[in-house]
Amino acid sequence: MTSKQKLPLLEFLRQMTLIRRFEEKAAEMYALGKIAGFCHLYIGEEAVAVGSIAAANPDDYIVTAYRDHGHALARGLEPKRVMAELFGKATGVSKGMGGSMHLFDASRNFMGGYAIVGGHIPLATGIGFAMKYQKKDQVALCFFGEGSVPSGNFHEALNLASLWRLPVVYICENNRFGMGTPVERSSAIYDIAHAARAHDMPFHHVDGMDVIDVYTQMKEIIDGVRSSKRPIFVEARTYRYMGHSMSDPAHGHYRTKAEIDEQKKRDPISTLQKRLLEAKEITPEEVAKMEREIQDIVLESVEFADKSPEPPLSALTEYVYSP
Amino acid sequence: MAHIAYREALGQAMSEEMRRDDKVFLMGEEVGFYQGAFKVSRGMLEEFGPMRVIDTPITEAGFTGAGIGAAMVGLRPIIEMMTFNFSILAMDQIINNAAKIRSMSGGQFKVPIVVRGPGGSAARLAAQHSQSLESLYCHIAGLKVIAPSVPKDAKGLLKSAIRDDNPVICFEAQALYGTMGDVPEGDYTIPIGAADVKREGRDVTLIAWSKMLLLCLRAAEQLAQQGIEAEVVDPRTLRPLDMETILNSVRKTHRAVIVEEAWPYGGVSAEISDRITHEALDILDAPIERVTGEDVPIPYAKNLEQAALPSTEKIIHAVKKAMYLE
Repeated sequence: MTSKQKLPLLEFLRQMTLIRRFEEKAAEMYALGKIAGFCHLYIGEEAVAVGSIAAANPDDYIVTAYRDHGHALARGLEPKRVMAELFGKATGVSKGMGGSMHLFDASRNFMGGYAIVGGHIPLATGIGFAMKYQKKDQVALCFFGEGSVPSGNFHEALNLASLWRLPVVYICENNRFGMGTPVERSSAIYDIAHAARAHDMPFHHVDGMDVIDVYTQMKEIIDGVRSSKRPIFVEARTYRYMGHSMSDPAHGHYRTKAEIDEQKKRDPISTLQKRLLEAKEITPEEVAKMEREIQDIVLESVEFADKSPEPPLSALTEYVYSP
Repeated sequence: MAHIAYREALGQAMSEEMRRDDKVFLMGEEVGFYQGAFKVSRGMLEEFGPMRVIDTPITEAGFTGAGIGAAMVGLRPIIEMMTFNFSILAMDQIINNAAKIRSMSGGQFKVPIVVRGPGGSAARLAAQHSQSLESLYCHIAGLKVIAPSVPKDAKGLLKSAIRDDNPVICFEAQALYGTMGDVPEGDYTIPIGAADVKREGRDVTLIAWSKMLLLCLRAAEQLAQQGIEAEVVDPRTLRPLDMETILNSVRKTHRAVIVEEAWPYGGVSAEISDRITHEALDILDAPIERVTGEDVPIPYAKNLEQAALPSTEKIIHAVKKAMYLE
C-alpha cells in the first residue's frame, strides 16, 4: 500500500525499541535499588503509545495512568530526565516530586501520569471541555487500562464527554489483566469497547501489538474527533509481558509462562523489524546501529540520573501551593 | 452599603467575577435552568448562557474531575456541590487530583478551582444530609478552606477564592442562605487566611465560623446580660488559619471556647485548641473548652437533632466552665 510506505516506520521502530530498552534498564535499576516505590513497566505494550501519540498533533493533550514511561518517551520527553525522575532526582521531569507514576511535562502538554485507577479519566474530559469552551482545535488523548473501565469515574467521564460533545479520544489499553485479575473476571462485558455504547459513543478496536494498525486507525480517529468535536472510544488489545509492577512476578498464580511466550510471538518490535528487513527498508547493519544508539541513550540516561542531585530540602514545601 | 441575603452575596461574587474574567464558569447540579437548588445562581444562566453556567448530571466525581482538568489548562471553574454531603463522591478528585497535581508535577501545573456549596445541618435533614465536613478537607495539604458566616465575608471571600490559583473549598450553610447583612458597594475582596473579630470583649474568647458564629454572637449577648463580655473571633478561613488574630484575643481574655458544628473527633476545633496550647499555654487561665456536635450521625427526630447540635445553652455552659463559674 502506498499510504503505508509513507509511514515513518523506522521512527516507530526506533521509539518502540527505545521504550523497550529504557524499561529493561529501569527494571535493572529497580533491582539495584536506584529506583523505588511502585514501578510499572510498559514492555509489550509499546505499539499503543507510539502509534497513538504519533497520530496526534504535538500540542494535543496526553493524560495517562501510572504505567506512563512509554507515553512520556513517545511524547518526546527526554529519556535522561524521565530516568532522573524514576531516580527521584531534582533534574527529573517532575523535579523528583512525582516518581515513576507521576511524570509531567507542561511544555509538551503531557498532563501527567495518575495512580488512582480511573481517577484521571474525568481530567481528560475537563481538558476536552476547556477546548470546546475556548473554541480551540486541540484534542485530548486519555490512556487507561481495561481495569478502570468498570469504574464510576470512567462512566461519569464518558457520559459527560458524549453529552457535551467534547474532543477526547479515550484509549483503553486492554492488556488483559488488572494486576492479577483477568478481564473476564472483572468486567461483565468481554468486548470492552462495547462499554462506550452505554454513552452513545462511537468505538473502534485497534491491534495494540501492531503499531501500523494503531497509527493508521488512530490518525483517522483523532482527525475525525478534531473535526467532529465528538469523543471516540478505542480499545487497543495489547499484552503486558512483565508483572503488574516491579513488586509482582510476571507469571505465577494468575497466568502461565506459556501464555506470555505465546503472546510474545506477536511482539510489536520484532514483528515490525522483521517486516522492515523483509521489505529491505532497513538492513541488519542499520538495525544494529539503531540498537547501539538507543543503548547509548539509555546508558547516558542512567549516568545522568545517577549523577544528578537529589531535590533540595526546600522542595518539600515549595510546590504545595501556588503563590 | 447594601443590605442583602447571604445567598445573594455569593451570587454577586460569582457574577461579578464572571463579568471580570471570561475564564470563570459555574458548573454543578441544577445551577442553570433550575436557578440553583438554593437559588444562589439565580439569574446567572440568563446572563452568561449555558456554556458558562452548566447543568450537570448527578455525577460529582465526573464533573469535579472535569473541572480540575479544565483548571489545568487555564480555566477557572466554580464547582457547586448541591450540598457538601455529595462532595464525598468527589473526594477522590479533590484530594487525589486537585490537591496534589501542583506538588507531584513539581509546580508545573496549578489548579485554580473553587468547590462550593452548603454544609452542616438545616432542619431535620437526617444523617446523610446534615454533615459538617470541614475537618476532612482541612486535613489535606494543597487545599484552602473557607467558611464565611455573614454576607459581607461570603462575597469577599468567594471572590478571593475565585481569583486564587489553588483549589479552594468554600463551606456555606443552608441555614445561612436567607440571613441578611450589610455588604459594601462595588468590588472588594476579603483575603483568604484573615480572621475577623466579630465582637469585642475582655473575659473570654469564643472562636467559631459559619453558622456557629451566629450562635456565638447570640450566646455573647446573653452572657453580657450576666456581666460576662465575650470576644467573638471568626477565623473565616480554616486553612490556612490566622492564628495571630486568635492568639491576640486569647492573650487579652486568657480563656478560649471553640465552637464547631462538626463531630469532636479530629475536629478543626481540636486543631485550633492544640495550636493555642502550644503557642500560648502560659497565658491560659483555664483549659480550652470545645463545644461540638455530639459524636453520632445526626438523627431525624426533632428533640434528638437538637440534642446532637451545639446550642447557646451549651456555649454559655462552656464559657462558665472556662471562667470557673460552674
